Amino acid sequence: MNYEERLSNVSVLGAAGKMGSGILLLTAVEMADLSLKPENRGKQFVLNAIDVSPAGLEGLMRYLRVQVRKLAEKKTVFLRKLYADREDLVENGEIIDEYVFDVMNIVRPVTTLESAFDSQLIFEAVIENQELKIRMFSRIAQNNPHQPWFFTNTSSIPIHLLEEGAGIEGRIIGFHFYNPPAVQRLVELITTGRTGAELVDFAHHYAKNLKKVVVPSNDVAGFIGNGHFMRDSLHAIREVERLSKEMKPVEALYVVNKVSQDFLVRPMGIFQLIDYVGVDVVQFIMKVMNPHIPGEELHSDLLDRMIGLGVKGGQYPDGSQKDGFLKYEKGKIVAVYDTDKKDYIPVDTFRSKVDQYLGPLPESFKPWKTVNFSRDGKDQMLEAYFGDLNGMDTPGAILARRYNARSNEIGKKLVEDRVARSAEDVNTVMLTGFYHAYGPINEYLK
Amino acid sequence: MQNLRRKVYMTAGYNTVSLGTGRSEFNPRKPRPGLEHYIREAGQGTLKQIGGAAHVDEGTIGNFMAPRFNRQGHLAGLIPMIDEGLQWKPCTRTEGACASGALALTAAIRSILSETSDVVLTIGVEVQNSMKAVYGADVLAGAGWYQKRKNGHAYFFPGQFSDRAGAYYQKYGMERARKGMGRWFRNAVENARLCPTAQEYENKVPDLEALYHKMKINGAVFVDHLNVLDCSKVSDAASGIAIMSEEGLKRCGIDPRDAVEVISWAQVERNLTSDPPDLTELTTIKKAAHRALEGAGITINDLATIEIHDCFSIAAVLTMEALGFAVPGEGADFIAAGHTARDGRIPVNTTGGLIGWGHPTGGTGVHQAVTIWEQLTGKAGAAQINIPADKPYGMTINMGGDDVTVVAIVYKRGC
Repeated sequence: MNYEERLSNVSVLGAAGKMGSGILLLTAVEMADLSLKPENRGKQFVLNAIDVSPAGLEGLMRYLRVQVRKLAEKKTVFLRKLYADREDLVENGEIIDEYVFDVMNIVRPVTTLESAFDSQLIFEAVIENQELKIRMFSRIAQNNPHQPWFFTNTSSIPIHLLEEGAGIEGRIIGFHFYNPPAVQRLVELITTGRTGAELVDFAHHYAKNLKKVVVPSNDVAGFIGNGHFMRDSLHAIREVERLSKEMKPVEALYVVNKVSQDFLVRPMGIFQLIDYVGVDVVQFIMKVMNPHIPGEELHSDLLDRMIGLGVKGGQYPDGSQKDGFLKYEKGKIVAVYDTDKKDYIPVDTFRSKVDQYLGPLPESFKPWKTVNFSRDGKDQMLEAYFGDLNGMDTPGAILARRYNARSNEIGKKLVEDRVARSAEDVNTVMLTGFYHAYGPINEYLK
Repeated sequence: MQNLRRKVYMTAGYNTVSLGTGRSEFNPRKPRPGLEHYIREAGQGTLKQIGGAAHVDEGTIGNFMAPRFNRQGHLAGLIPMIDEGLQWKPCTRTEGACASGALALTAAIRSILSETSDVVLTIGVEVQNSMKAVYGADVLAGAGWYQKRKNGHAYFFPGQFSDRAGAYYQKYGMERARKGMGRWFRNAVENARLCPTAQEYENKVPDLEALYHKMKINGAVFVDHLNVLDCSKVSDAASGIAIMSEEGLKRCGIDPRDAVEVISWAQVERNLTSDPPDLTELTTIKKAAHRALEGAGITINDLATIEIHDCFSIAAVLTMEALGFAVPGEGADFIAAGHTARDGRIPVNTTGGLIGWGHPTGGTGVHQAVTIWEQLTGKAGAAQINIPADKPYGMTINMGGDDVTVVAIVYKRGC
């Protein structure tokens, strides 16, 4: 079965979710582009958008229409060539409308799993529940005569457990998109010992067509991305606990968040990142990973306490941040959650005191945005900045060095434990999946 | 030399801001002023300087594609909206693609010459940010022959001038051409920084030529031989000017020294359905400019400044050659040497032109006239250049489509 044939009938499970909708969008566009090639005219391409929620599917179709149009507007030069033989389509507007229709026309929104019984390829993006995933895969495997391949988007469950549980040996691969899939360029590719070579080749071909950066990861719970993120988060939480002996917990949390963002030149502070992903999601990923990571305790009482109090973070449908550890107004942090008082304490009430404690940033400091998007000279900027930070003995500089040292240790351990194949792979994941300006395995801070 | 049967003057120019990318007040996600706002502001700006609408006999308005950009046709009917005093007066809308503005000027000039009016209020307007560039390209493609749209480029007009640039590179060398075009971009922005209504007024890039040369040409997403800095802006703007006879000036109490006299003008049309005779020459511009100069009895050496139609930097290169400032193949060198800069041999587009000030397509012709009026009467503010006593003339060249409709006008300060 060639690439086109494999993509002629595809199902996405959990299509209306945040990850599922992005995967559906990218796959629908890829399939439509294939269907519009002259040699594929007349062939049928079907993409089943499967989800339990009819309301979710309705929202998905609206999302698709808007996003496909945006993509079409960006590739009009290509589309004019694609529709060159359609004399009825003259203007860009007509061509874009037709393309939106052609993409949407491939998608079948459905609430029943049975539609997947005809598919050659299954993308799975349902919630991180091992039993649920196994149950769905088994049912498809038992009823689908085409020996379909399974692409799971799990970010934490070892793939081989799903493979064994569902009895789909050699036919499953971990294809872990980052959120949001349509924007983030990183994909972690996880094979089990049995994954077939043909399947791996297909996955690379598909990723390349989607213009994704593929980083292979071994089949260890959490893989590279969450392997780093979860441990990084736990370090941050422990630092908060340690600092809470000398200051109020809300102040300590503000300190660690600021150190991890400003002092370490990251796109957002660690607690904002946890909020962005969702406090509940982070707790859940740790819970999934923990049994598979011997000798380490991937668990946090603080996260449990937050969830117990109903503070979950996450995002609104428009992508804006919900309140979690931190409270946001127009994207800015305005307060920190106090688990004792069960309320947010305004940052203004302690900011100057805590900033004074941390000490100033070196004069060579430039925010992440400036550094990361500098066309050239990013390395020099970072070297100069961290060079200055190394020479400082303020609590801020010391905390930053401790934080970076731990991040570095986590990165190296991922290579040592053979989760990642190289330090470069670890750094690529953090650079492309987390938008860090530099990788955790670095020589910047001493 | 050809004498006009009557003296024709232009005065009381007014430009709105050229709104679009580059202006800090521009936000594509927020509502913006519409067509009516621009027409009203430009019209009232001119009326205020001539003692009000009661002095006006007639109105002309140049606009290219409001029926598609703004779903509004019948623009002549928007002139009486400017001021109650314009109600019941004759009004005309002109269209000649991006030369629509200049056609509104020539319609007014003709009316003065035919003695049907002594004071004509002329407006040029376009509001184009109503749609994304990819759809705007469809609308602007209307300046070409529709039968060629299907096989044309997604960005039709950039595609046409990209083909001209490609032919020029092949004939005379790409590096040499790009050097001149990069300098053109720099001059445009540097001049725009001196004009508060210009779209690039707030541009602070220190090394503009470095920026230009860093930006790679990418045919997969845009066109094969130009980058976006070679292109004029997508703009919302209007300009107003009053066109008068001597009697008109007296009626409005305007000193002729505050006006420019139209010494000569030429309007030339090329068959829209045929290809340009030579991609490396702007033949229609050449004909129009030389007819206008001949009509004025002057040569290019008598011009203190010109406003040319740099919808694309390559058009500027070709126009300098068409005018005779450089022989074919050396227009880019002429620009690269700084001869078109504000302190050069012939200052061109002194408030930024279409690339720096902005290009509200149907309004550009009027904006060019306003700039020449400002420069020749000493009203250009920070953008003012020196007008040597022995070179008292100015000229505008407004082009519609790919060298199809061209209007060239020669001006001199009134006395």
